[in-house]
Amino acid sequence: MKVLITENLRINLDTEMWECRHCDKVLISARDNYKRGLLAYNRDPREIHKPLLDPTKYVRTYSPDPEWCRLIEYYCPDCGTMMETEYLPPGHPPLRDIEFDIDAMKEQWKHREEVLVPPVGNEPPASKRRHTHNH
Amino acid sequence: MNHISPAGDDKELLNKFLKDNQLFYGPDPEIMRDHCIGPRSEIEDKILNAGLDPHHVNQVRGLILAALDEGNTMVEQMGAAPGAKWGDIVASIYTANGDLSMIAPHGVVGFAACCHYPIKFILKYWENDRTVGIKEGDGFIHNDARYGGIHNTDQSMMMPVYWKEKLICWVSTTIHEGENGATEPGGMPPSAESRFDEGLKMSPFRVVENFELKRDLVTFLQNSVRDPKLQFEDMKVKLHAVLRLRQRVLRILEDHGEELLIGTLRKNLEDVLIEVRRRIEELPDGTTRVLTFPDSTLRENALLKFSLAITVKGDKMTCDFRGSSPEFLNRSINTNQASLKTMFLTAYLQNIWPDLPQTMSVFSPIEMLFDEKSLLNASNDTPQAMSLIPIFKAMTIPVIPMTKFSYSLPHRYTAVVAPQYDQPATFIYGGLTQNGENVGNFCADINGNGQGGRSHRDGEHSVSPPFAAVCDIGEMEVIEEELPIVRLGAFTLAKDRVGFGKYRGGLGYEMISSVRGTGFWGFMTGCTGSLFTPSQGLFGGYGPPVYALSKIRDINIFNELATNPGKIKFDILDLMNNQPIEGGRYSTHEMAMTFEICQQGEVYMMCQGTGAGYGDVLLRDPALVIKDIEEDFISHETAREIFFVVFDSRTLIVDEEATKQARAAERKSRLARGKPFDEFVAEFVTPEPPENLPYYGSWDDPTIIYGTSEGKRIKMKATEIQSMFMPNPKDVKIGKLEAELLATRAELEECRKHKH
Repeated sequence: MKVLITENLRINLDTEMWECRHCDKVLISARDNYKRGLLAYNRDPREIHKPLLDPTKYVRTYSPDPEWCRLIEYYCPDCGTMMETEYLPPGHPPLRDIEFDIDAMKEQWKHREEVLVPPVGNEPPASKRRHTHNH
Repeated sequence: MNHISPAGDDKELLNKFLKDNQLFYGPDPEIMRDHCIGPRSEIEDKILNAGLDPHHVNQVRGLILAALDEGNTMVEQMGAAPGAKWGDIVASIYTANGDLSMIAPHGVVGFAACCHYPIKFILKYWENDRTVGIKEGDGFIHNDARYGGIHNTDQSMMMPVYWKEKLICWVSTTIHEGENGATEPGGMPPSAESRFDEGLKMSPFRVVENFELKRDLVTFLQNSVRDPKLQFEDMKVKLHAVLRLRQRVLRILEDHGEELLIGTLRKNLEDVLIEVRRRIEELPDGTTRVLTFPDSTLRENALLKFSLAITVKGDKMTCDFRGSSPEFLNRSINTNQASLKTMFLTAYLQNIWPDLPQTMSVFSPIEMLFDEKSLLNASNDTPQAMSLIPIFKAMTIPVIPMTKFSYSLPHRYTAVVAPQYDQPATFIYGGLTQNGENVGNFCADINGNGQGGRSHRDGEHSVSPPFAAVCDIGEMEVIEEELPIVRLGAFTLAKDRVGFGKYRGGLGYEMISSVRGTGFWGFMTGCTGSLFTPSQGLFGGYGPPVYALSKIRDINIFNELATNPGKIKFDILDLMNNQPIEGGRYSTHEMAMTFEICQQGEVYMMCQGTGAGYGDVLLRDPALVIKDIEEDFISHETAREIFFVVFDSRTLIVDEEATKQARAAERKSRLARGKPFDEFVAEFVTPEPPENLPYYGSWDDPTIIYGTSEGKRIKMKATEIQSMFMPNPKDVKIGKLEAELLATRAELEECRKHKH
């Protein structure tokens, strides 16, 4: 039984391991912080949120200040998919963002079918009065 | 002196004396800290134990909702405040004990989740007070968020509904009025340094008797604000909407009887509570966490940590905000916990469980934990006029941790969505209009935030404010008729300011404003997110960029337009980078500005923001990337350098094979530059916040809180937080200039010595 936890991660309840949903790489124990099974990179946020106003003219340019804000990217060590991002002050400990009780999860999923394709939720009903120019 | 411990009758007498002689009926912590519905009343218990026909309940529920919708529509159609016109309103109904049962389907949820506090105050303190009392025909008003409310710009009208001389329920309407006589116009003053700078502070009091406004009290309120006509008009609007609502409720009582009405109101609360418990129980047991870092007190840059850990065990959920920033005694960005909860509830009803009936019992099974004197649980003495900063965050902060809980479920209550842009990005204004009116309020652009990317499609552009799905951004022509603001660039989506991802966030739009036809006008803004990105991305998507306030001063844009109309393109990037107007003073700033006079023809510019991105950018369909270029949402550089799509610049035809190779190469680069997590942590993490950073909140240990005292860093136990008191930014600037002057003088003296 595999439980889909995020767009990129799942927990294999039989092996109690975190796995990459893109390449099936077994990452680390499901009882551990999944980030310990990934690669991490400390990026200058200006590389992604590039200055759109001329930095020679202005201090504020739509780019985060790298002295205040760092962008941590987490990659699957096998396929290089970006599994998570995290904006942190320089030096701030990364957050353990998911910490599940695996024994309780096993008990819970005893009574559920495995989900292979995550549902997306209902789309809003299409408007019957959609504005068009098809005269 | 002997210690006196009265017992028995003496003790009872003492308690009665103290109760009868309370010096001040301030906000009651017993009411303000309880977000749960109360126990059933005797009659509710009797009715529900006897059982109700569910079909009949459904019919009555439909009639109540229709009545609420009508009340809401009346306020929207008649209200004078900009907030009323663009939907920043609600109509609600409460049980006789003051628990909120239902709101208008198109109302702002947060407003509804706050009036139960003042109604409970009225019931506790005024019902049996011989100088006040409650009777048929009464109407009560309030605006101070310390007695319940989002913030003090919102004014409510609450009316008890009697049937056969018995109190059956309460009805209310609320409008974001804006102007309230605060130290700056518009009701949300970033410069408020104490609660006495906040303007009107109405505790709940009777302002309507025999279904009519008491004109003496109305005059007192009008005399306390900059816009007396608005104050009067909207008090009448709110009163007449609750009167209509009351009529509809009386009709339901006539047609269906009191038992069915009382039973339906209570059953709605209890059914939702049961359903929320079921929804919590189906989540995995465990804890998910998120951090967000607003970067300003609106007077100075400061990195404020907001921390949320959500824990589920069985059918219990705990939301733990401990470890967040301490409160500020002389800054306006604090919020009390009741205000925070109203918007936190909105986050659940807008993004997580939007299919649930909108009632306060959604939160009854959820426990919330705060540090005392935290910015999110601030004491009543702190100014809270710009509580919008923490409460806007509260509208999006649970989205990521709740999605991490619920992604595994075999079903969805709504789409999985990354956080919406969560800052009140709008111009607040004040001054004299071209029609000779004194006004102070905010522009409806506050309602145009971009939505986050979803698990299956991009976010919607400028879709709504995070506090309501139904508010509108307003009609510029209507606004220009009433105000001297001229919108030179409006609703153009802000290119390249995007939360990138497999599915990108919806974009925000540019606001380029000037003024004319007035001798006195000014703007202010109250946003964070100019240094630190406003929200986290979801599942590998990026967050939004940061935003800046731009100005072109010492010009008259209207003269330029008369002489050189072809020279000016109303696009912030073009105006600021190319500086087409000669002699202009071009500058950019953080998006926090206290009230500033804008001369005729000067240009002030800001943006509504984008929602966060969902998923890895390398997983975005190249066709969607090209579509974004075609629609002018992103530049060619962004397509190439962020999304790694290879295409012909002229035809925009994608080279599929080259794109695959470029993306594979980027994946390889990631593997080369990424470090194993433990190694990364050993290099990256520091034991304390960087010395140069004005940091507020916990670091690695939530029980230790960092702050400053007289500009120097201090560490406090979370159980013993002291309030922050910040120096006046002007004094800081003067001090810095004086130091520079002293250094320059010393240098000059040195030069003179050498010369001689």
